[in-house]
Amino acid sequence: MKIAVPVKFVPDLVEELTIDPGGTALDTTWLRLIISEFDDHAVEQAILVKEKNGGQVCVIMAEADGADDFLFTAAAKGADQLIKLTGDFSNVNNHALARAHAEVLKDLHPDLILTGVQAHNDLDGSIGPLLAEYLGMPYVGYVAGITIDGDKVIARKEYAGGLIAEIEVKLPAVLGIQAAEQPPRYVAYSKIRQVMSTAKIEEKPGSALSLEESIVVSRMFLPEVAERATMLEGSPDDVAAKLIAIFKEQGTL
Amino acid sequence: MPIRETFWNIPHWAEIAQYIAAFLTAAVFIYGVIRRIQRWRMGRPEKRPGNFWNRIWSLVTQVLGQRRTLEEKYPGIMHFSIFWGMLVLAFGTALATVDTDVTDLFFGFQFLKGWVYIVFELTLDILGLLVILGLGMAVYRRYIAHPSRLQNFPVKKLAGDDLYVLVMLSFITLSGYLTEGLRIAVTQRDWAVWSPIGNAIAQLLLSLGDPTNQTLHLIIWSLHILTAFGVLISLPFTKLFHILSVPLNIYFRSMKPAGALPPANMENGMGVKEWKQFTWKQLLDFDACTRCGRCQDVCPAYASAQVLSPRNMMAKLDAHMWEKANGHSLHGDVVSSDELWACTTCHACVQVCPAFIDHVTTFVDLRRYLVDQGKMDKMLQDALGNLGRYGNSFGQSDRMRAKWTMGLQPAIKDARREQVEYLWFVGDYASYNASLTDVTRKTADVFQKIGLNFGILFESERNAGNDVRRVGEEGLFEMLVDKNSQVFAKCKFQTILTTDPHSYNALKNEYPEGDHGRPEVLHYAELLDQMIAAGKIKFSKKLNYKVTYHDPCYLGRYNGIFDAPRRVIEATGCELVEMPRHGDRAFCCGAGGGRIWMEEKEVKERPSESRIREAAGLTGIQAFIVACPKDFTMFKDAVKTTGNEQNFVVKDLIDLVAEAL
Amino acid sequence: MSQDILVIIEHLRGQVTDTSYVMLAGAHQLSQSSGGGVVAVLLGHNAQKLASNLSADKVLYVDHPALAEFTFDAYQITLENLIKQQSPRAVIFGHSSIGMDIASGLSARLEFPVVSSCRTFTSEGKFISQICGGKIMAEGDLPAPTALITMVPGGYKAESGQSSQPPSVEIIAAPALGDLRVSLKQYIEPDTSDVDITKEKMLVSVGRGIQNKDNIELANDLAAALGCAVSASRPVVDQGWIPTTRLVGKSGKHVKPKIYLALGISGAPEHVEGMGDSEYIVAVNTDINAPIFNIAKYGTTVDMFDLLPVLTEKVKQAK
Repeated sequence: MKIAVPVKFVPDLVEELTIDPGGTALDTTWLRLIISEFDDHAVEQAILVKEKNGGQVCVIMAEADGADDFLFTAAAKGADQLIKLTGDFSNVNNHALARAHAEVLKDLHPDLILTGVQAHNDLDGSIGPLLAEYLGMPYVGYVAGITIDGDKVIARKEYAGGLIAEIEVKLPAVLGIQAAEQPPRYVAYSKIRQVMSTAKIEEKPGSALSLEESIVVSRMFLPEVAERATMLEGSPDDVAAKLIAIFKEQGTL
Repeated sequence: MPIRETFWNIPHWAEIAQYIAAFLTAAVFIYGVIRRIQRWRMGRPEKRPGNFWNRIWSLVTQVLGQRRTLEEKYPGIMHFSIFWGMLVLAFGTALATVDTDVTDLFFGFQFLKGWVYIVFELTLDILGLLVILGLGMAVYRRYIAHPSRLQNFPVKKLAGDDLYVLVMLSFITLSGYLTEGLRIAVTQRDWAVWSPIGNAIAQLLLSLGDPTNQTLHLIIWSLHILTAFGVLISLPFTKLFHILSVPLNIYFRSMKPAGALPPANMENGMGVKEWKQFTWKQLLDFDACTRCGRCQDVCPAYASAQVLSPRNMMAKLDAHMWEKANGHSLHGDVVSSDELWACTTCHACVQVCPAFIDHVTTFVDLRRYLVDQGKMDKMLQDALGNLGRYGNSFGQSDRMRAKWTMGLQPAIKDARREQVEYLWFVGDYASYNASLTDVTRKTADVFQKIGLNFGILFESERNAGNDVRRVGEEGLFEMLVDKNSQVFAKCKFQTILTTDPHSYNALKNEYPEGDHGRPEVLHYAELLDQMIAAGKIKFSKKLNYKVTYHDPCYLGRYNGIFDAPRRVIEATGCELVEMPRHGDRAFCCGAGGGRIWMEEKEVKERPSESRIREAAGLTGIQAFIVACPKDFTMFKDAVKTTGNEQNFVVKDLIDLVAEAL
Repeated sequence: MSQDILVIIEHLRGQVTDTSYVMLAGAHQLSQSSGGGVVAVLLGHNAQKLASNLSADKVLYVDHPALAEFTFDAYQITLENLIKQQSPRAVIFGHSSIGMDIASGLSARLEFPVVSSCRTFTSEGKFISQICGGKIMAEGDLPAPTALITMVPGGYKAESGQSSQPPSVEIIAAPALGDLRVSLKQYIEPDTSDVDITKEKMLVSVGRGIQNKDNIELANDLAAALGCAVSASRPVVDQGWIPTTRLVGKSGKHVKPKIYLALGISGAPEHVEGMGDSEYIVAVNTDINAPIFNIAKYGTTVDMFDLLPVLTEKVKQAK
């Protein structure tokens, strides 16, 4: 079983996000990138599948600050192959990124492609279903659990309200991971360092980076402050008293 | 003339038999000791160099003087009596052997005669009593008083081992007296009065008549000798071995600062998975443990949830290292991860151990393996992930590290840009924790008022790594050290100043020397104390509060700073009342060793709550003074959860100073 | 080429999802500037009755056994044909476990652009998307000729997408749906043995800020005093500190209590999706910049560990 995991970086929400003077994009001066949370889960899920069913895990990502570190971390967790797409990805949208991934994935012939169900900065669709279309594979998203069954995979797809659907999908297929069966594991720094001296990152040129289906943002802004909550100030005692008043007013007390 | 009559009433064959037995005993004894040494040598190599005279001196004070053992009265006196009694009795026996088998046999004279012999007899007779006193105390303590620390051993056969030692020593002593009494009853020498106990026993036996007593003498003597050989034979195989292993362990103890952990084993993964990955010294530690349980009594993890007992850990590891099938992983089968994560690394166990065992190093080595395997709870994972990415455990941006300085006048200097005398290493908690911002700002204010030329590193500061290292994440610790050291190298300063004992410990004991050697590191309590002593801080107010002071583990036990904060408190005009557990016996708040980053398992009583209740037992205190940011948050919570908010408040040392200025 | 706005109705086990109504409400707003009609697209099997309360000018209904419940292939093939046929100005999908599975693929197949996470439309017909965990809004012209859109709830009220007038239904023939690679094996129902948090008048809800399992007790105490239930956001449920039945959010329950007391919840869109319709949201969070304060009626930055014991005490006294 060969599992490919295309992943991407997104702005780190721990940092304060600001809009650039043009007003149509994020200010990159203070921007820091971090792995998309769902992609991190996809890597974990791939390694869990490998540990259970055997096989190989290949993690692929576009060149970015910190990409090497992330790939080595994935290798320390158990990934077997690391691929870095090279080129200028600074303004690339998801369609183009998915095409670039698809080019590489075609030659890899994976049985299963796992990727994050979405990323928080997706503006033109998500990578998983785009990849499925470019590669002619079926797609199932919001997956939080996988069982391999011969040439099929049973995916546990999450719906609103806690409903879960067991979906049977013929391989090869793309699954959009909502959550791995267990939270992404921790890898000790010493392990990553060890891997850095042994693992190799294959570099492949990212092709087809045209931006045909681009979504044009004419204004980017922070959510309106006018809608903000009325703040209750004072000591815990004061705040508690004010809350009691609100509870009473609403008849919940 | 009084003279030692060795082998009185002993037929020649018995004498010969005794010598043959003695040689056999010696052979087994030597075999047993070599077996122990070989086992230790299966561990990793480690150098314990230098300090020869210091080491010898600690043998004098700790072995002969029994200093640590005597820190607890009852068990101290008990052990002291047995130790010195048996030592002198053994020495006496050795003298008698020389008297008979060397000087008499080869040179035809005895030195145990005349007044020398009388002193000899009297001393041995009285010291025998001392042994009986000690053994009596031991029997009472172990089987009648039966304190919890002598209960519930994880390895069942250990109870038999304990009993064996008491039985054998009791029998040797009692049979010795009886042999003496029987001899005196028959020989009736006029110097027998100098053996008061033996003589008294003899008076009781007189009526049995000489022939009976002579027969009895031979029997009891034989049993006495056999027991003595039994003890010697079994010494390397039973708890008795501590007679050798403890002095060795004391001799080879680490002479480095307590706050400097040894580096991790990096062969076949990080840390310790199998027993052979321990160093020989750690294996010697296990063999030196007599499971006296003092460590368990002072352990905050044991007190709060009974998951971890340092005593049990040593006992289990020792039993494992001697098992036949012991090549497998220690984790799961021998020690559980719950036990390992429960340790706060407070060092109280190490501090009280009469055998000078270093439990904490062993626990950290085992934790290192768990970290290497990624086996830890989610909260700790997140904290370590955050420390790696943002340099703090809060998962906040490093750019927010100096947010607390906003609006401070005058503005705090940027130590990266201008030269300062004091580089204030603020630490994570003081920087990011919302409930500490006021204290941190007040600290800055006091530093300004007392005229310190100081600066901070703003977003370039990283967690110092003290607890990262104690969690077992050695690689991340090294990364944090690298990052901080690089910044230090670019700054011009004389002294590193910090309010955080954890940062203090790492910076002082574990950071590498820079180009200009190791910078001086001061805790603010030390600096304030120095400045008060030099008259550079003058207080305008006398506070008159009645307060108690909590020693932070990493300031007190680890670095020996006990007096400085107390002098500062007293200089502000406060009356200091000590809690029962203070100084090097202070009870940990429960946050150290990375515990503050981990999930709290079910507990009987949180260490911090136990501590607050202890303080609440003091009459009339108004404030509970801390000198550690983590302590401030831990105890503020505990004051609330124990319902002591009306009784006293938690204050930082700086609160007192600011108020008295 | 029409100016119609197509809305792909989502339904699960015989029930139209709330998000579908929100999408219809959005479509009405958009249709005002585009000038076309709002056309609901319903795919199903014996499901025509689901069209009855949809607020739309017209419903296109496709019936096929393979469309009974959502699956990837059947929906995508059907919609590919339908969109080609209709060539509308825009197609609105849910930014959900259904819509997100197919919108991007259709975008690639039909070569129509897709806009993600759209929350509202402006009166000029621009989209406003909510990205970066709700911290950033992006506005832009609706791409031409046909824009595919995935829409998040929160921008419009579900009621505005409902109507008491049953719309006219046009039946469209299903394409050939053979050789499907994806099939639904079964649904696993959520556990119903626990309290149904969707029926509570008030919820005390805890998020990551609760820090550890022990602190859940503080929330339990308050809820007990108030006589209501405790719910939680995903991180807390993932830790196993609170059962999944109490999960509020995209993948959990959608709740609308009178008062939703959010303790240490940052207010990520996935969570807001499950509670944004609550009447009064009261947020307790020490981070003044937490997005939860953008949707809350009342907020406080007081430390919840200071607040909760006091509040619980006061509630007990007030009774």
